[in-house]
Amino acid sequence: MDHARRPLRWLFDRAEAALGTIFPPAWNPLVNLGALGFFFYWIITASGIYVYIFFDTGVHQAFDSVEYMTHEQWYLAGVMRSLHRYASDGLVVVMLLHLLREWSLDRYRGVRWFSWIIGVPILVLVYVAGITGYWLVWDRLAQYVAIVSTEWLDQLPFFAEPVARNFLAPDALESRFFTLMIFMHIAVPLITLVLLWVHLQRITKPRINPPRGLMVGAFLSLLALSLVHPALSQGPADLARVPGTLQLDWFYLGLYPLLEHLPGPLTWGAAATLLIILLAMPWLPPLRKPAVARVDLGNCNGCARCAADCPYAAIAMVGRSDGLPFSAEAQVDPSLCVACGICAGACPTAMPFRRASALVPGIDLPELTIAALREEVERVGRALPRDAPRVLVFGCRHGVPLDGLRGAVALACTGQLPPSFIDYVLSKDLAEGVLLTGCREAACYNRFGIDWTKARLAGSRDPQLRRRVPRERVRTIWAGRLGAARLAAAVAEFQRDLATAAPLPRPAAPAPHHLAASDA
Amino acid sequence: MREPLRWAGQTVFFVAIAAMVGLFASWPSYRQFPEDQAQIKLSLSHGAQRVEACRRLSAEEIAKLPPAERRPNTCARERLPVHVQLLVDGDLVFDEVVAPGGLAGDGPARIYRKLIVEPGQRELVARLKDSDRPGAFDYEMRAEVSLAPQQSLAVDFRADAGGFVLR
Repeated sequence: MDHARRPLRWLFDRAEAALGTIFPPAWNPLVNLGALGFFFYWIITASGIYVYIFFDTGVHQAFDSVEYMTHEQWYLAGVMRSLHRYASDGLVVVMLLHLLREWSLDRYRGVRWFSWIIGVPILVLVYVAGITGYWLVWDRLAQYVAIVSTEWLDQLPFFAEPVARNFLAPDALESRFFTLMIFMHIAVPLITLVLLWVHLQRITKPRINPPRGLMVGAFLSLLALSLVHPALSQGPADLARVPGTLQLDWFYLGLYPLLEHLPGPLTWGAAATLLIILLAMPWLPPLRKPAVARVDLGNCNGCARCAADCPYAAIAMVGRSDGLPFSAEAQVDPSLCVACGICAGACPTAMPFRRASALVPGIDLPELTIAALREEVERVGRALPRDAPRVLVFGCRHGVPLDGLRGAVALACTGQLPPSFIDYVLSKDLAEGVLLTGCREAACYNRFGIDWTKARLAGSRDPQLRRRVPRERVRTIWAGRLGAARLAAAVAEFQRDLATAAPLPRPAAPAPHHLAASDA
Repeated sequence: MREPLRWAGQTVFFVAIAAMVGLFASWPSYRQFPEDQAQIKLSLSHGAQRVEACRRLSAEEIAKLPPAERRPNTCARERLPVHVQLLVDGDLVFDEVVAPGGLAGDGPARIYRKLIVEPGQRELVARLKDSDRPGAFDYEMRAEVSLAPQQSLAVDFRADAGGFVLR
């Protein structure tokens, strides 16, 4: 499956990098697809409410009321109608891109199955809402949509009377049918909204609103489109005539020609198969689940930093169970933990300077413990050649591939790194500089790894990088998977700068015993 | 990249996205039906006669029934299939025997078929048989119709209206 995902991931990485040259990192549209979907939903809702004021649900009045909006009150109702349509198209675009991107990044398996599964009915409901909307205009396109939709439904053996007979002749259609459609057109988006809320239940601080600049840009572009190319009806529906040539909205109706011409069992079979595949994808195959974060109560003082930093709401603070005089203890929900290690990076007891006792923090990743990380840092640092200023690079497994890069230490996520490790590297003379890298900025695979790291370095979020660490010896470059050349250039530049930097004050205390022994 | 260039790039991006949305919201056009043809929709939903005619229950049979279910007649549920033919200018364009719907075969037989025909004067003959009476069809309609290009003519069946109706 990864072979299938890789080309798409490469495409998204390229597109993200290209957009990164014109957008600030947080504005990058590709990292805001879900939030843009929400934004389009609100535009659709607001414009829909306005349009509904003027809409007449009578079968003979519906078309005229839409025409009134489009031509008589073009400056407001007409614009609202166009916004309603184009925001709906935009919603389909960002929704499909969101689905493809999450799939390409392998963010749909493991604990993420829940959001994926809830996303599938949302996908279906968005289409149902859009199609019922086209129906309501009751122009020739609506006639086509109504007839093809009902003929397709009639392929199922559920209806005693063919639903398509409602559109057999002009005298067959009743306004009651339109009342049903308007009910569906309102009810389905409301159900979708509930599902969107459920969709976000397993993540903390979901990004529901895009950055303001992106919102303004997206809205203005839709508004400009609405003014330049307003949505128009295609002549009144007439069931005594067959519409000849139609202007389909390919975002919603792209499959209608297939529904019209292919046998019903084939199209229903294909739709059902696609739906089943989408629902089964999180288990095709299941994600190898890494060992989840583990709490060591002897070292947990209940500070709740891990719970505050966890991007997946996998940590809860519960009452103390071991009798120690702290108010709470961290508890990991294995069904939510993705083993990103951000909790370990937030733990104040993940302190590499600790020698008096074993380095076991209050919360840790069993497969990459803080103790193992310290050993790796020392091994990598000692192996760095001294012919140039030494730079130790901390990266993550979702950013620039670190294989073959001298002086690199890989983390589950850059947010796993406790800032004290930077202090440790510099004060123990393992390197002259520390460079942190990872995913592209604002596109952290684990959502908050970059944000928390930046905040910890800036001293605005605990645990903070100590003041004594010379800031000119710490750099970050959020290069992403395709940023190998950028990282290499950044390391080289850093080395050049370090060569002319003021000497690093070294602590007077002797190096730890095993370091001293190996140096000897 | 310099700030003005970034702004220009963003503008180009938003314009391109808006153009893409506007374009595929209505283009390319789709020719759903040939403009020089007409359409006949043959559609009906009709319950044929029952396989077994209703019969009067004897006094003994009525007495055996629970008091709340006692009735003078009993009717088998299953219906006969419906045989429908449509001829256009003497050509048989539809000829099917359709089974009744429902799990017990007691529902109406359903037909919904679209036929493309040349416009102009056409002679239509529609026939339907819904009984086990041997021989001829139970209903027949003959009609001369003038079909315009893109016209859609519905051939429906309403037993309460006496048979086939054109709509």
